[in-house]
Amino acid sequence: MSQKKAITLYLHVHQPFRVRQYSVFDTGESHDYFNEPNYNSERNNEAVFKKVADKSYRPMNALLLKLLREHEDFKLSLSITGTFIDQAEQWAPDVIESFQALVATGKVEIVAETYHHSLAFFYSRNEFEKQVTLHRDKIKTLFGVTPKVFRNTELAYNNELAQWADSQGYEGILAEGWDPILQWRSPNYVYRPPATKNISLLLKNYRLSDDLAFRFSDQSWGEWPLTADRYTDWLRQATEDAPLVNLFMDYETFGEHQWHETGIFGFFEETVRTWLQDKDNTFTTVSDAITANPPSDEIDVPYTVTWADTERDLSAWNGNRLQQEALKYLYRLESDILRTKDEQLINDWRYLQASDLVYYMCTKNLDDGAVHAYFSPYESPYDAFLFFMNVIRDLRWRLIQDHKTGGLHG
Amino acid sequence: MLGWELPPHNSGGLGVACYHMSKALALKGAQIDFVVPYQAKHTNIDFMNIHHATPVTPLERYGLGAYDSKMLLERSLTEADADDLQDMRGVQKRYVQYVEKLVQDIKPDAIHAHDWLTMEAGVRAKELTDAPLIVHVHATEFDRSGELSGNPVVHEIEQQALLMADRIIAVSNITKGIIVHKYGIPADRVEVVHNAIDAASFDESYDYDKQTYKYLELLRCEGYTVAATVTRFTVQKGLTHFIRAAARACEKYDKLVFLLAGDGEQRDELIQLAAEFGISDKVFFTGFVRGKQWRDAYSVADIFVMSSVSEPFGLTALEAAHHDSALIISKQSGVGEVLENIFQYDFWDTELLADQLIAIATSESLSRELRENVKKEYTRISWHDVANDCYRIYGTMKQGAIA
Repeated sequence: MSQKKAITLYLHVHQPFRVRQYSVFDTGESHDYFNEPNYNSERNNEAVFKKVADKSYRPMNALLLKLLREHEDFKLSLSITGTFIDQAEQWAPDVIESFQALVATGKVEIVAETYHHSLAFFYSRNEFEKQVTLHRDKIKTLFGVTPKVFRNTELAYNNELAQWADSQGYEGILAEGWDPILQWRSPNYVYRPPATKNISLLLKNYRLSDDLAFRFSDQSWGEWPLTADRYTDWLRQATEDAPLVNLFMDYETFGEHQWHETGIFGFFEETVRTWLQDKDNTFTTVSDAITANPPSDEIDVPYTVTWADTERDLSAWNGNRLQQEALKYLYRLESDILRTKDEQLINDWRYLQASDLVYYMCTKNLDDGAVHAYFSPYESPYDAFLFFMNVIRDLRWRLIQDHKTGGLHG
Repeated sequence: MLGWELPPHNSGGLGVACYHMSKALALKGAQIDFVVPYQAKHTNIDFMNIHHATPVTPLERYGLGAYDSKMLLERSLTEADADDLQDMRGVQKRYVQYVEKLVQDIKPDAIHAHDWLTMEAGVRAKELTDAPLIVHVHATEFDRSGELSGNPVVHEIEQQALLMADRIIAVSNITKGIIVHKYGIPADRVEVVHNAIDAASFDESYDYDKQTYKYLELLRCEGYTVAATVTRFTVQKGLTHFIRAAARACEKYDKLVFLLAGDGEQRDELIQLAAEFGISDKVFFTGFVRGKQWRDAYSVADIFVMSSVSEPFGLTALEAAHHDSALIISKQSGVGEVLENIFQYDFWDTELLADQLIAIATSESLSRELRENVKKEYTRISWHDVANDCYRIYGTMKQGAIA
């Protein structure tokens, strides 16, 4: 029996704790960095969470559950960050329950990552490992499962990360199927990172993924409006000679980045149905994709590749001096902060590591700039930077005042 | 008197100077009709009549950019639309029309116009009344544009008014020099009347609140020195040179931090520059400050830096002296002409500024000498002297009182 062609659908669920408008005058005065008082502000985490819960998490989870029940072969994988869970527990516990219901079907796999959606791998291996453990424990508590496949924040990936994940016993790892690393190869196969024992590499088919994530509602796009039939055709072409197609994207694509009005929910349901009408087609989770497909080749990624911007590197997060400064001061605090064993302080410091916060400081222009502006709750990257710096100073203040430790450095 | 702003609806030193000058003149018996271009209450002012030339709010008027001539469209007043109050030229045209009407009811004995914003109205009033025109220059377009060339329309307005003026008052020798050399006005038509500071206007009940800049106070306890400036972030203020000097100073001496109180078009550039030098955590940006946050910015400062590329006077330096700061003033700032106990440097000389910052930060006795001595100096400079000079100048031209 020939193997079925599979879609590996993987959705990333995340909300950061955005820093409020936090001035020089708040420094040393109040430590509530994440409580923007203005409910109408895009920085108000509670308001944003409740809005996205209504627009995306609730309707999409209802749809996913329906599809899981209707279609034997429908499966998917999710990564759910700790900062998302912390927010959901406070403001929408029913959303957690709806994710639990998905996992309970046995057809939804949870993927490992850092609890805090951080780029700690590139700044502190120690801190990175702690956050991965925190996330694993939280997932185990909430969903009763232990993830077997790893994804790093922003799909930031290189050989070293794969080797680390391999040494930790992960079966698989996810990355962007970026042409320069693929060269002549197709993203629609399973690969093996160099110098690893067991781990397999799944690469995002960015064209087909971004057709939904970025282009679906873009009326200036030549393919607009995209129909389920046409999209299924593309998926078929992609898997004509290959075993699978990896559709990786933000969960919030459904209902938040692409609004309900764009028809994204109906389109998605229709695509699942159309795809599965062909008995040779199926869906697979990330682990099953790895089990079913031995690596077809080795892929060498000596430098870091991410899923963002036209450069596909880390420049959206650390490409300018503002971001480099912010990250420098943040990670420099590590040993002083951890030594205090002050849970609130440590937690605040970890929330600040969310990659989103430095992303808001990105000053790139052109196409990417538009994406950045859409996702930023600040008037300018400079505001994002100033508020963040004032918070850094407040952390120093707390170290000195509450723990008689650390240095101020200004 | 033709002005553009008065406290508390001011965005800079021009309003402060106009306020104190008028008050001191009124005390000498002058009857003043003061025209501002916006609609707002001045409950603090009862010593003169305030006229509101247009219905725009002070906030809308800030948006026009009184200190930022780049926003000005290049065209003459005749082309401007007096109904378009979103536009600087529109507001100015309305201002002129208002003054034209006003001088029919109130015949002034002298017309005293402050800066380019009101110069056209001043010239027009002189044409209509034949009263002498005194043009008071607080800043020229050369000052406002820093090292750039400035707006030709503004230059032209200034040129015309300076030629038409019966008498010109410059707030410093630096400004007089510009008027003489760049606008070609004979030196004997220009008098220097330095601005002053009204020590009595400082609220004696005001106590510095250490909580306002709590973090900076903690740094001071840890032995850090705070170097501050309180200003608009525009090219004129030379702040990029200040940041460069700050970075240079930090290479040699770490326990320095910098408070940049204010806001302006250059903010993002300054943030970027501090990041490029890797001193972001040493540079504090407050945003626009007033009230307590504004006053306390002077108090938290050990050193006050005026880094202007071209500063006709620089009243804030005197405020800083009052609040017990040691002063470092660029040689291109007029206030340096009336003070002895200060450090001075050429605005571009970041090495020297860095040196001076470190010298004060590392020597308590030097710091104390500078602070104590400059405090004695500034109290000698009074607005009453300014009023006396103005009165004398009015008197040389015509008999009678002032409007």
